[in-house]
Amino acid sequence: MAEPNMTDTPATARAAAPLIDIRDLIKTYYIGRPNELEILHGINLTVWPGEFVAIVGESGSGKSTVMNIIGALDRPTKGSYLLDGIDVQSATDRELSAIRNRKIGFVFQTFNLIGRTTAQKNIELPMLYAGIPARARSSRAKELLAMVGMGDRARHQPNELSGGQKQRVAIARAMACNPALLLADEPTGALDSQTSRNVMDLFHDLHEQNGKTIVLITHNPELAEECQRILTLKDGRIVAERKGSGVRGTA
Amino acid sequence: MLQSGKEVVCVGLLDNIHMAFASLWANKMRAILTMLGIIIGIGSVIAIVTVGDSLTGSISDSMQSLGVSNITVSLTEKSSDDSSATTTTTTGRGVSIRMFGPSQPADEDLITDDMIADYRTAFGDEITAISLTETMGSGTVPVANSSDSASVNITGVNLDYQTAESIDVTNGRFINQNDLDGTKKVCVVADQFVSAVFGEGVDGIGKSFDVTVNNKVYTFYIVGVYQYEADGTVALTSSDVTYPMYVPLTTAKKLDSAAAGYQSFTVVGSAVENNAAFMQNTEDFFDSYYTRNQSWTVSASSMETMVSTVTEMISTVQVAIAAIAAISLLVGGIGVMNIMMVSITERTREIGTRKALGAPGFAIRLQFIVESVVICLIGGVIGIIVGIALGTVGANLLGYAAKPSLVAIVASVGFSMAIGVFFGYYPASKAAKLDPIEALRYE
Repeated sequence: MAEPNMTDTPATARAAAPLIDIRDLIKTYYIGRPNELEILHGINLTVWPGEFVAIVGESGSGKSTVMNIIGALDRPTKGSYLLDGIDVQSATDRELSAIRNRKIGFVFQTFNLIGRTTAQKNIELPMLYAGIPARARSSRAKELLAMVGMGDRARHQPNELSGGQKQRVAIARAMACNPALLLADEPTGALDSQTSRNVMDLFHDLHEQNGKTIVLITHNPELAEECQRILTLKDGRIVAERKGSGVRGTA
Repeated sequence: MLQSGKEVVCVGLLDNIHMAFASLWANKMRAILTMLGIIIGIGSVIAIVTVGDSLTGSISDSMQSLGVSNITVSLTEKSSDDSSATTTTTTGRGVSIRMFGPSQPADEDLITDDMIADYRTAFGDEITAISLTETMGSGTVPVANSSDSASVNITGVNLDYQTAESIDVTNGRFINQNDLDGTKKVCVVADQFVSAVFGEGVDGIGKSFDVTVNNKVYTFYIVGVYQYEADGTVALTSSDVTYPMYVPLTTAKKLDSAAAGYQSFTVVGSAVENNAAFMQNTEDFFDSYYTRNQSWTVSASSMETMVSTVTEMISTVQVAIAAIAAISLLVGGIGVMNIMMVSITERTREIGTRKALGAPGFAIRLQFIVESVVICLIGGVIGIIVGIALGTVGANLLGYAAKPSLVAIVASVGFSMAIGVFFGYYPASKAAKLDPIEALRYE
């Protein structure tokens, strides 16, 4: 198994500490039971600040498990995971909540906006859990809505928005607490090609203009090709790692 | 940077209330049906307490106006198993009394003027007033220039009656010693009686009128007018009111051809706080006259003891009915819990999303407890309104002024909040413990 050392990380970033530092990660489900199942068999993964990385793999390859662990929704069974220098393995549930709140911005395939709640209130939600006062939340939410081109939809509820608009609100929500990492799980999976393009362009904008670190989990090779680095996951191991073009697609 | 403090709770409470309302608004019908249990529970408790309190209030008010500190001394039958009354000859008589209801004391059994005079001498300054009465019954008085008539209830009274019953004479005078000595046909009547019979604004003093009692017609002269205060009962028209009318005791006895004694009289003690001891002494005093009497003795009782007995009785019944009503509150609470469980299952993905966005367990728990409390509080407030409305209607039907109990209202608000927290806690904790990965995957 080749160690994923061949990166094109910028020299400036390489000097800093890695944002994601996963060593020998093993994840086992149903521990101690007859149906004990090892999903991840020793993953090593380093993501540097400012990178745009794609993780690709067929279904059943362990993509979701990797995402759950990177997203601090789950803890590794063995191995270590440092996110922005914080040890996720030993964090308590409440600390994991705080890590998800401040360090990670989730973008889901199915958007997962809270129903019957306006776009602005949805964006304010992570800030609410971060304990930011109402006035600051409101102005930050408006700023983010304008950034994703949804400034005129602040009072719309999710069922009044199209799929692409929902995903843009969701991306704005992911950016609410200015997280260190944007973690996108098949963000275009439920969108048509044109809106997919718009959403991908938004990720490129956030990467290029805001210097966001983005981890994109997808099974679409064309989208993966747009990232700087592509990791291929198969049967719970990283089997390939190569450079991507890092430039926006046209379709 | 990563601290997760209680300040989140403070910041989030208003937002939680807002979210709770939004969620209830989205399921209006369900929210209303869930509240119904709480509304019925709180409403029936409040209604029952309101009616009960109104009843108690009216009864004690009207008894208060009769003078709670007054002691009534009356002849009572000795019970057959009373040791002091057990003589071989009483057995047969005792049985006949039981079988044919309360009997009347014979003339020689009555309390005499001599006994009362002795009593007054014996207790001296412990007694403020001794009020003696003779009931002549009700009579009708024709209204001047009309075919209508007014009703009066004629009572023969002595001088002390005014003190004992707090009669407020606003015009003229009360019955005096001269009236008693001369068995004069004078009377003290109600101000409203004068208005009813002679017309508004007429000075009744010196006027005379005919009153028919038991088919006999008597003419009385008005010497005094007192201020009439209606008791608890509500009369629809003025003709339904029976006004008390006071005449000299001696006059009443003469017209009634009544015996010289009394079945009962009223004593006003000079020290209200010593009433219990005074009552005991009074009974002991009269016992000496009745030790040889086979069937009668004297007992003393006060309105105070009667009021508290009646009030206690009503509140016991009230508590019993309210407890039954409270069971519907329990059922309502279980309904709230059930709907919270459903709501949490429906919103599993939402809970997962909130957790992914960084909501700690306690924030999720707070959110759902607030929602449950909001349901119960709204239900409780509606229930209080419904309960007061029903209680008022009920009290009015019974003819009493409604007295909504502030204590019951405050307790209901507190109790409905407590139900919200109690029945919301388990579902909310269940939500708080959901695994975010499972919750996000939930379809």
